[in-house]
Amino acid sequence: MALTPIQAVASILVMAGVTFLTRLLPFLLFGRGGQPPRVVVYLGSVLPPAVIAMLIIYCLRNIDLFAGNHGLPELLCVAVVAILHLWKGNNLLSIFGGTILYMVLVQAVFV
Amino acid sequence: MNRSALSAAFPCTVPVLMGYLSIGIAFGLMLQAVGYGPLWAVFMSLIIYAGSGQYLGCTLLAQGTALPQVALLTFLLNFRHLFYGLSLLDTFQGTGAKKPYLIFSLTDETYALMTSVHPPAGVNPDRFYLAVAMLDHSYWILGSFIGATLGALITFDTTGIDFAMTALFVVIAVEQWKSVKQKDLTHHLPALLGFGCTILSCLIFGPDNLLIPALLAISALLLFLRGRLEQPGEEVAV
Repeated sequence: MALTPIQAVASILVMAGVTFLTRLLPFLLFGRGGQPPRVVVYLGSVLPPAVIAMLIIYCLRNIDLFAGNHGLPELLCVAVVAILHLWKGNNLLSIFGGTILYMVLVQAVFV
Repeated sequence: MNRSALSAAFPCTVPVLMGYLSIGIAFGLMLQAVGYGPLWAVFMSLIIYAGSGQYLGCTLLAQGTALPQVALLTFLLNFRHLFYGLSLLDTFQGTGAKKPYLIFSLTDETYALMTSVHPPAGVNPDRFYLAVAMLDHSYWILGSFIGATLGALITFDTTGIDFAMTALFVVIAVEQWKSVKQKDLTHHLPALLGFGCTILSCLIFGPDNLLIPALLAISALLLFLRGRLEQPGEEVAV
């Protein structure tokens, strides 16, 4: 483990506090009938897809396209998840299907 | 909380029960795989209560990420929550002492229920919403406990299970992509910019420092493109 128990608790408290803050802010800011500024509404509609795209790349940041297995298991499984989801639209099937395939690939195929 | 509210709320929450048990179990397994057992899983699910947030949390704990980075990543991932509240300002008006918990428990799935189901006649609406929120939360805690316990009892090779987080983000991205009704690519620019800026940032600043430059570039470009991307006559999305 990279952290002492105290540090882990501190990390978890920060995650909890920040998560609650993101849920609470609109009620604090606009709870008395105020209208959010238009630029906030605009960012609210365009930032989430950009952030999710950023987080996908963040998850894949340590793959090396030019060495080892060239990131093939990761890229293949991302494609499988996306195709499964476009096809069936079932969250659980897409997430579990892709994860199990990835586990098989990194444990038994690309070793 | 009373029985009529609970029995009215339970049927509405069955889909969330199925989903949270499965995703919660996957979370518990992931957490166990990085060395944190059932008590940690329950603790996190009790006080954080966020699906994708806790998946990310496993990685952050495993890597011993510094607190400011933990705060930033959690904030970015949960940014969308800021906009859930906007559409529930009226619904939660006058819920009194229940309000803090109702706000705390606004996960994606609970939000979806709150905005789509209506309390049946004869059931106190506040109690109904509270019952939905508490049932969902309890499914999540239960799922993560089962997952972490299974992970501790059955020892199997969990290498690669962290891919569940990547898969979850890909699923969210596909949902967002499909929700764009317009056919032309302009409306997919936010997602495309997100990919492009982050890949560039990774190439320039390296995998350990990619987030801040990527985020700054994304925000600047989105503000710059506001004239093109903003829907005409767009009001608060409710």
